[in-house]
Amino acid sequence: MAEEIQNREEVDRSPFHGLWTLSNRELKKWYKAPVIFLLSIIQPIFWIALFGKAMNLQTLFSGTALSIPGLNIPKDIIDQIGQEILKQTFGTTDYFSYLAAGMLSFITLFTSMQSGMSMIWDRRLGVLDRLLTTTVSRSNIIISKVLSSVIRSLVQATIVLVVAILLGMSFYPGINIFDFLGAYTALFLISFGLSSLFLVIAIRASSWESQMAVMNLLNLPLLFTSNAFYPINSMPSWLKPIAEINPLTYSNAVIRGMLLGIQTNLTIDFIYIAVFAIVLSIVGIILSWKYISS
Amino acid sequence: MGEAIKAINLTKAFGKFVAVDHINFEVKEGEIFGFLGPNGAGKSTTIKMLTTVLKPTEGTAIVNGYDIIKEPAKVRNSIGVVPQEFTADEDLTGWENVMLMAGLYGIKKDVAKERAKELLDMVELTQAMNIKVQTYSGGMRRRLEITMSLISRPKILFLDELTLGLDAQTRSAIWNYIMKLKKEYGMTIFVTTHYLEEADLYADRIAIIDHGKILSIGSPKELKESIGGDVVTLSTSNDDEAMKLLQNLDGIIDIKKVDNMLRIKVKDGEEMAPQILERLIKSGVKVLKMSITEPTMDEVYMEYTGRKMRNEESDSKEVFAMRRTLRRARG
Repeated sequence: MAEEIQNREEVDRSPFHGLWTLSNRELKKWYKAPVIFLLSIIQPIFWIALFGKAMNLQTLFSGTALSIPGLNIPKDIIDQIGQEILKQTFGTTDYFSYLAAGMLSFITLFTSMQSGMSMIWDRRLGVLDRLLTTTVSRSNIIISKVLSSVIRSLVQATIVLVVAILLGMSFYPGINIFDFLGAYTALFLISFGLSSLFLVIAIRASSWESQMAVMNLLNLPLLFTSNAFYPINSMPSWLKPIAEINPLTYSNAVIRGMLLGIQTNLTIDFIYIAVFAIVLSIVGIILSWKYISS
Repeated sequence: MGEAIKAINLTKAFGKFVAVDHINFEVKEGEIFGFLGPNGAGKSTTIKMLTTVLKPTEGTAIVNGYDIIKEPAKVRNSIGVVPQEFTADEDLTGWENVMLMAGLYGIKKDVAKERAKELLDMVELTQAMNIKVQTYSGGMRRRLEITMSLISRPKILFLDELTLGLDAQTRSAIWNYIMKLKKEYGMTIFVTTHYLEEADLYADRIAIIDHGKILSIGSPKELKESIGGDVVTLSTSNDDEAMKLLQNLDGIIDIKKVDNMLRIKVKDGEEMAPQILERLIKSGVKVLKMSITEPTMDEVYMEYTGRKMRNEESDSKEVFAMRRTLRRARG
């Protein structure tokens, strides 16, 4: 009896014990390995700098590029038409900013997808079995992986945002701290949901090859069936319903609404991604209880 | 003294393959219990069930008084596990790995630090504790794994293939640390091993397991006696005559002629040797050479599993090499 009382003073057995220890373990592998850390930072910079600047539809619609033989249309009229087309299509005349906002969800998607890999490594190397013999709850093992993946995603997204600003991304006038908070909340939720999703896929897997195949199968479709690059309105009719269930569409809408001031229904957007995050993380936790070991 | 572990019809099937088949055994508090058997015998599966990693298909076990199915959290609170694999994080230092384990058990920082210092000192890793694990030798890694599993002060320590892939010298060193720790903290130890001589030397009791079933259980001495006691080897002037003379002597179990020598299995070698001599000399058969050998664990093992241990060892070395490659591949 005396021993048990002493034990209670030395040990914290809240349901969350070990959660941060495990998350930190994942994060340490990232930030304590300089090469991996550097590469993972450079990757989003490449995307925004190369892809973002090259695929800049804005230049297509600037009047200076357009001159139709035989017609003598004043440049400012062409410019105005171009601006109007951009505005109609994207909700803003600044396509680079539109794309940069989409890039934030995109980098979040790519980073979150990797959440399942650490699960598979832990299983293959026997680390998971050892974790299962400790007093850490099964759900904390899953949540810690989700959490570390979310933190990584948000750091990556921040880098993209900073680089985008340096390259000329501009916000709507009158932007305030709450707009940024809103955008980050959206990124947090979408990352939480996506990380859970890929962990659920990995929960019973022991081969990283199959997990890589699943990741490769899903990454581009998830990206291109969202409004990351172009708005839903300009999609063919068969693609629209797919884009409308893709959670990335909603996180993009929130970020664009918050940062660029593009019209959207924020309430619906937020509810959608919140439900996405909550449902998938609950599924992940339930499955972790059932299937993390057989 | 109570029971630290009690397995009741413990069974695990993977599909149609029954890895562990209705086994029953008890481990007494404070003893070292050895689980001996070839690869695929069901040793690791048993340990995984006892440590709540795998759920039994049938039956259950009581560990430190708690049911592994109904009270897994309390079981986990009572045990420490040194798994077959090296699970310490290569990129972290030994100290960080131990503190990580402490965090997993929710042990308060200052308490954990004190315990870690003490444990690392006992396994003589204090010097290396601030170096990354990737530079550790096999023996150092094992010592670290042991430290990691003792940070929660477990009542029962599970050691799965403790000395797998280590050289003989390191193996005995590791066992010395284990004995020292056991003396200090007095826990019950459940160990699976391939190495017969280790089981013989260190285990209080041994269970021999194959094809998911326990074939025999007892102290090393009891097991050796169970396969028929000692062997008296004779070289005589007339082996055939000697065989005839000894055939009906009480206390002799079996006589065989092997390589021009008579191998006589007896219950008690020291008692039987004079009687054998007397009978032979009386009948005029000269005894040229004589020796008495006690059965080794090798013979016990062969008797029960029908295989030699040597092949198993090389198998496990391959597994070990594969794991190392895997680890390196991860970088």
